[in-house]
Amino acid sequence: MDKRTAEEIPGQVDDELTPTKKPSGFYGGLRLPTDKHALAGQPLREAPLADEIVLPLSQHAGLPAIPSVRVGQAVLRGERIADPDGFISAAVHASTSGTVVAIEDRTVPHPSGLNAPCIVLRPDQEDRWCEPDPVIGAYHTEDPVRVRQRVRDAGIAGLGGAVFPTSTKLTARADVHMHTLILNGAECDPEISCDETLMHWRPNDIIAGARIILHVLQVNRCVIGIEEDKPQCEQALRTAVSEFDDDRFEVVRVPAIYPEGSERQLIQALSGHEVPSNGLPLDIGFVCVNVATAAAVKTAIIDGRALTERTVTVTGQGVREPANVVSRLGTPLSTLIEVCGGYKEDAERLVIGGAMMGFAVGHDNIPVVKACNSVLVMTAAESRPATDIRPCIRCGECARVCPSKLLPQQLYWYAGSHDHERLERFNIFDCIECGCCDYVCPSNIRLAQHFRYAKAEITVRDADRERAQLAKHRFENRDKRQTLDANERAEQLAEKKRQAAAALDIHKRRQVIDEVMERVKAKERASRNQDSTDTR
Amino acid sequence: MKFQVEPAPHTFGSKPVPEIMRDVLIAMFPAILVYVWYFGFGIVINTVIAAAVALASEALILRLRGKNLSLYLGDYSAIVTAILLAFSLPPLTPWYVTAIATLFAVVFAKHLYGGLGFNLFNPAMAGYVLVLIAFPTAMADLWIAPRGMGDGLGLGQTLVAILAAAPPDAWDALSSATPLSRVQSDLSKAMTMSEISSEPMMSIGAWLWINLTVALGGLYLLFRGVIRWHIPVAVVFGIGLLATVFYFVDVDRYPSPIFHLTTGAAMLGAFFIATDPVSAATSTRGRLIYGFGIGALAYIIRTWGAYPDGIAFAVLLMNMTVPAIDYFTIPTAYGTRDD
Repeated sequence: MDKRTAEEIPGQVDDELTPTKKPSGFYGGLRLPTDKHALAGQPLREAPLADEIVLPLSQHAGLPAIPSVRVGQAVLRGERIADPDGFISAAVHASTSGTVVAIEDRTVPHPSGLNAPCIVLRPDQEDRWCEPDPVIGAYHTEDPVRVRQRVRDAGIAGLGGAVFPTSTKLTARADVHMHTLILNGAECDPEISCDETLMHWRPNDIIAGARIILHVLQVNRCVIGIEEDKPQCEQALRTAVSEFDDDRFEVVRVPAIYPEGSERQLIQALSGHEVPSNGLPLDIGFVCVNVATAAAVKTAIIDGRALTERTVTVTGQGVREPANVVSRLGTPLSTLIEVCGGYKEDAERLVIGGAMMGFAVGHDNIPVVKACNSVLVMTAAESRPATDIRPCIRCGECARVCPSKLLPQQLYWYAGSHDHERLERFNIFDCIECGCCDYVCPSNIRLAQHFRYAKAEITVRDADRERAQLAKHRFENRDKRQTLDANERAEQLAEKKRQAAAALDIHKRRQVIDEVMERVKAKERASRNQDSTDTR
Repeated sequence: MKFQVEPAPHTFGSKPVPEIMRDVLIAMFPAILVYVWYFGFGIVINTVIAAAVALASEALILRLRGKNLSLYLGDYSAIVTAILLAFSLPPLTPWYVTAIATLFAVVFAKHLYGGLGFNLFNPAMAGYVLVLIAFPTAMADLWIAPRGMGDGLGLGQTLVAILAAAPPDAWDALSSATPLSRVQSDLSKAMTMSEISSEPMMSIGAWLWINLTVALGGLYLLFRGVIRWHIPVAVVFGIGLLATVFYFVDVDRYPSPIFHLTTGAAMLGAFFIATDPVSAATSTRGRLIYGFGIGALAYIIRTWGAYPDGIAFAVLLMNMTVPAIDYFTIPTAYGTRDD
């Protein structure tokens, strides 16, 4: 990128995005071996209705949703059962018809393995839909704000895995000139093929959804980034674009390098621009949306249906029949595994997400959520050994593959010594935890895990500092107030005395004394009379 | 069903440390064969002595430090240090000199700093420089004339010479200076380069072939992804640039860049020693600076210093600058360009 571009203020980056220029790629990354493409061409399976549906209130980035149903209430599929709490939040909908049997803490898909509030449904096995929302067929004549509200009402969050509330993402900012929508069809994980399946089977839904998003954003340009190893999907999308006869679209092939699906890397690959370190793509005029999210937007606006299901890739050496499974949200993972023929004997690790960034869970009674793009069952042979960790030899392979251009070998050193200042100087917060460094580490060091931990440590430290600062502030204020009070009181007292003194001149004083003396004498007389009465 | 819970990533594709070290050993092999061809079995005996001392002292220290013996001994790093040392020492180095060099390398330069991964200095070069200074005569005078010039020594004679720590009979007829020390002493006698290069020693080409096979091994390491190109290229560029400049300043007083790059430890330094990642700079830019520094310093020491070769000193000196180089060459992270 030349200097001129770097100096331009955010949002005024030139709109000329690779129509003639070849995609420039991004720094680092890995070409990972994969055999997922065979899976994507196979027909989708459908997960049966489970005996119990568990819908976590927090299936998205931001604040958890607030339940709007009570226990015992009957609900229909597509009915909203929890409302978004604030701007960055998303609604939750019933994914089948049935009864709310509990609103309680259940195990949710989270690296911590902890429980969190969920709405539990007992399906009535009829799977009846609620009345669809009124279809906005002619959305392009509709107010973008209203269309966006419908996206919000449908509970859509980024289905690529980050689950950022989509309506929030589609909100324009006054200080930024938004110029390009990027449809993320990269899907770089070597196991996951749910997006690929979608592009293969439902390309028209994706393009239709993207057209709605273009209208909401009031942007006239959409670039679809797709990795070179999915030529069939590329063709399908091209055909769909030509069917819509929409010249705002451009399909761009990018090299198949992990982690291209990360929006920062995809934006760099497509445009050569870097998203600012602690900023958003929006800061440089881009909005990046996953293809599956676009399809969900289409379903919400054109079909009037909320987000109640998603496609999940169930794969790995430890499962008998790998497949892409359409699954209602809230379905337990065990049901998905059953659909795919069950576990093999040597299944050892159950991972939600891909092998690079997904998290392992201890059991399979965990519901499918909006973020859940893949369930991976790994065997001991293919999973990374937990032993044989050696010291870092500073070979620098990690720095070679780091897409954020960090020096993981140095970060590792500073993370070990809790040197927070250096960690921040070496930009630890730009680590996207893609795991490329781990993958190539000859010493088998858990680099990404160290960085996750160090980040959390710094965040906690900062919060502590802030709290301490606040407490200090409060103490100082109170102290000041008290000192002030004491002084003030002393002063007020002195003032009172002064006033009293000034009010009484010497005659008055004498008069007062006389009066007092008179009163005292009268009292004495009275008491003497009393005494004499008593003795009588 | 219960599953194992481990942090991401769950997959791996790295070349483990032992494999890296094994590749280094494989890469050294052809050069050792050529070395044996020209200088006899001295290097093999020295390697055996160095390896035995290296493994024994490493095992002892690991025990004292309460470390996992099989994990760390199994990384082959002690053997690599031993081979690099044996390759640097003269073929008839007395056994105790080799042993002291190895002991110092493993115990002092490596483990006292915390073991593999924590040493500031290249262990092999630290050991080599220690004996270079402590045993100056042995290190300078125990070079045999290469095949094609002297009579050579059999395995038995070599073994006796090393273990008895005494040069064999009729040593004057067998011994020969290395080309680098020859050039140094001849230049000090006011001979010109053209006179020097007509001497028989200079035309044998033993060091040329050794350097070429070392470079071949280096290319293998590059091909295997064990080392990256930055350091070797920068070292070669450092030596080559200075050598070329001075060669054109005065052809008679300064040997050609080709000579500089194909004698002594030039290629060993570029591909096997400077590339030791532990003691090298860590960023790409840092490695270019580090390598260039080694090349340039090696040339300066060779040309104006007291020692005929300068690679070892150059490496140690640049090791000292690594923290500073690392400090000034932090790459610009993604999205932080404007900061």
